Amino acid sequence: MSVPTPESFTSLPNDDRRAVITGLGVVAPNGTGTEAWWEATRAGKSGIGRITHFDASQYPTQLAGEVDGFEATDYIEQRLIVQTDRWTHMALAATQMALEDAKYDPEGKDPYRMSVITASASGGNEFGQKEIQNLWGKGPIFVGAYQSIAWFYAATTGQISIRYGMKGPCGVVVQEGAGGLEALWHSRRNIRRGVDFVVSGATEAPIGPYALTCQMTTDRLSTAREAKSAYRPFDAAANGYVPGEGGAIIIVEEAGHASGRGAPQVYGEILGYGTTSDAYHAKKPTPNGGQLARAMRLALDRADVSADEVDAVFADAAGVPDLDRAEAEAIRDVFGGRGVPVTAPKTMTGRLYAGSGALDTAAALLAMRDGVLPPTVNLSRPAKGCNLNFVTEAQDASVNTVLVNARGFGGFNSAIVLRRPA
Amino acid sequence: MRRSAVTGVGVVAPGGVNREQFWETITSGRTATRKITFFDPEGFRSQIAAEADFDPKAAGLDDQEVNRMDRYVQFAVAAGIEAVKDAGLDVESVDRERMAVTLGSAVGGTMVLERDYVVVSNHGEKWLVDHEYASPFLFHALVPSTLAAEVALRFGAQGPSVVVSTGCTSGIDGIGYGHQLIQDGEADIVISGASETGISPISMACFDPIKATSRRNDDAAHASRPFDRDRDGFVMGEGAAILVLEELESARERGAHIYCEVAGYANRGNAYHMTGLRPDGAEMGEAILDAMSQGGIEPEDIDYINAHGSGTKQNDRHETAAYKRTLGDQAYKIPISSIKSMIGHSLGGIGAVEMAACALAIDRGVVPPTANWENPDPECDLDYTPNEARRRQVDVALSTGSGFGGFQSAMILARPAELQEMGT
Repeated sequence: MSVPTPESFTSLPNDDRRAVITGLGVVAPNGTGTEAWWEATRAGKSGIGRITHFDASQYPTQLAGEVDGFEATDYIEQRLIVQTDRWTHMALAATQMALEDAKYDPEGKDPYRMSVITASASGGNEFGQKEIQNLWGKGPIFVGAYQSIAWFYAATTGQISIRYGMKGPCGVVVQEGAGGLEALWHSRRNIRRGVDFVVSGATEAPIGPYALTCQMTTDRLSTAREAKSAYRPFDAAANGYVPGEGGAIIIVEEAGHASGRGAPQVYGEILGYGTTSDAYHAKKPTPNGGQLARAMRLALDRADVSADEVDAVFADAAGVPDLDRAEAEAIRDVFGGRGVPVTAPKTMTGRLYAGSGALDTAAALLAMRDGVLPPTVNLSRPAKGCNLNFVTEAQDASVNTVLVNARGFGGFNSAIVLRRPA
Repeated sequence: MRRSAVTGVGVVAPGGVNREQFWETITSGRTATRKITFFDPEGFRSQIAAEADFDPKAAGLDDQEVNRMDRYVQFAVAAGIEAVKDAGLDVESVDRERMAVTLGSAVGGTMVLERDYVVVSNHGEKWLVDHEYASPFLFHALVPSTLAAEVALRFGAQGPSVVVSTGCTSGIDGIGYGHQLIQDGEADIVISGASETGISPISMACFDPIKATSRRNDDAAHASRPFDRDRDGFVMGEGAAILVLEELESARERGAHIYCEVAGYANRGNAYHMTGLRPDGAEMGEAILDAMSQGGIEPEDIDYINAHGSGTKQNDRHETAAYKRTLGDQAYKIPISSIKSMIGHSLGGIGAVEMAACALAIDRGVVPPTANWENPDPECDLDYTPNEARRRQVDVALSTGSGFGGFQSAMILARPAELQEMGT
């Protein structure tokens, strides 16, 4: 006998295999469909408003970034809709858009070379609430058969894998708000190990009564009643954040595979990434940006990019004063006094948890494509300690290299470096 | 290529809540499955589970940790304390920026989410729940990243920290993730593993309608029957295991006890059905072959297979087919066992507990048995190590996992080649 070889490939890292992004699909509070969302984003159009999914009048937080007009039936069959949560509906829709954008039909392709790696923080929470309600309100036999496959955090990855016949290494990562970036880097880890094509990114749907109740226990949600005054990261009037739903699905592809098949576009390459943990406190936000700065430096080092080469930073923008100061301090620490442009388009969507890292990555890639930096809205007077070169109106710029930050509750800090193809 | 050594093992499992009690349980063939005591299971189809008699204070958690942490987080911290101590690591003196945390969990904070829901909804009455009754750590329950955050906080780990939530393969995948971080130079030490505590009404209820769990309610001790003809589903369990992974050379330099190394890790999706398995085991087979190929492992090298062996009709058939298609005749000669026969199926936690069992099997030269194996099933005709542990030198152990969503994972733990005696 001898060492057997798999039909597909042996997952050992290969430095020659690079990861590029060739497709985007967006479902966001300020636009469904990549171009509709991007146009709204460049125009500074916010998708934050009063919660309409349910009557939120009794809750201190009444604003959210809801995706209006999203109809799951436009993308997926009824049979699948009833088996899945809204978070999965959005991911399936965004996957369809991203595959079309990448002009890739998985049909007939080597199934083992295609993977699905997504991030999630809140899973199928509304589906779960319904079934817990059935259980405690009526009894165990009223819990439906789909609870076991709709609620858990792996549901989206599993459904995408099945829908498109993708049998490569699949994954689901959770780092609260930082997970979207981790999913992209984990896609790169797998591309280095032999996968050619990864459906990655993240969506979230955390705007249900119970999920909102859970979020309010962090004391980080804004209780403002006007959209303009609710989510104002880095501003002197910062008072917490507004949650939102949606996100982006991102196609990560091996560079040679993309060029070999004549992919219609390469938005950018995933060059470097760093992730660190504050290990500071179970609930309190860290006032110290040291670990975030370290994540950014790790990302730059792995990318072999100097801080001076970075044309823009897409900030995590927590909207919580301590965390805003920590991020501003970290950005100044890494980039010095040169005034790297900093923006936070998520001020128009609210924080989408894992979805944010993916959506910010999409924004950064389109900023490179179009040579324009999208604005940060609601920022009029930076808080003490938060002075940075903020982009508050869309501005034309030559954007070749960007760094995207994302943080997660619990002390997760992540940064990714993307570069436009030469 | 950087290699990962396993230098510490910690376990919380039913039948005994630390590593040595766990080993004692699974090598004695004693089952820890019983009628559910955590809540009144009247009205449920499956009313049995493998519950752990866990005392967080005795395991070393402080009052605040006990108060704020969901049970699955407590399990992981307890197993972590044991594993880090076992590894002889002084977390004050290691480079904590190079220390990572990679942990699996499938259902995360469901227990607290459900407990609080009953209150805020007033027993399932109000859909617009009363937020005033929410406990202050409820968001921690919604997001399972809490598991990694809390373990990182406990040990001061400032490197990469992530939760892997791939359903019932989360345990293998959590350790595999850590292994890849070491391979890629992203970390030097990883607190890896998984934890799950799913014995709550909603978790039990969601497996009832799909008939995945056993309904042998009048004979709990013999309900989990992997590979036996009369198996009728899995028995819910709970548990956690932490494996301390270290870059092999640095582990050797500091003179750490090396249980084994991760010789291969792979996963695949079956892209078939959220809960169904194709009988041929092709995708699990691919994961097995990938893992073997990474480590240069031949079928003859494998001394023990720790099966997923959940005890559902389809799983055990599927897995048997996967072993046969990948290992050929050798599949009939390697002792296989499912420790789920004794400690139940702790969903996303069990994969890590099974890797702990493999590390201990290599370290101690004993193959744990499959309990409750009485009647052969013509479709499951391999050597499942029925009922009694066997003494056997184990240099190479394979473990497999399969989960909802189509996830198929395989990991091989091996005594490092330079430590294996030639010719044995």
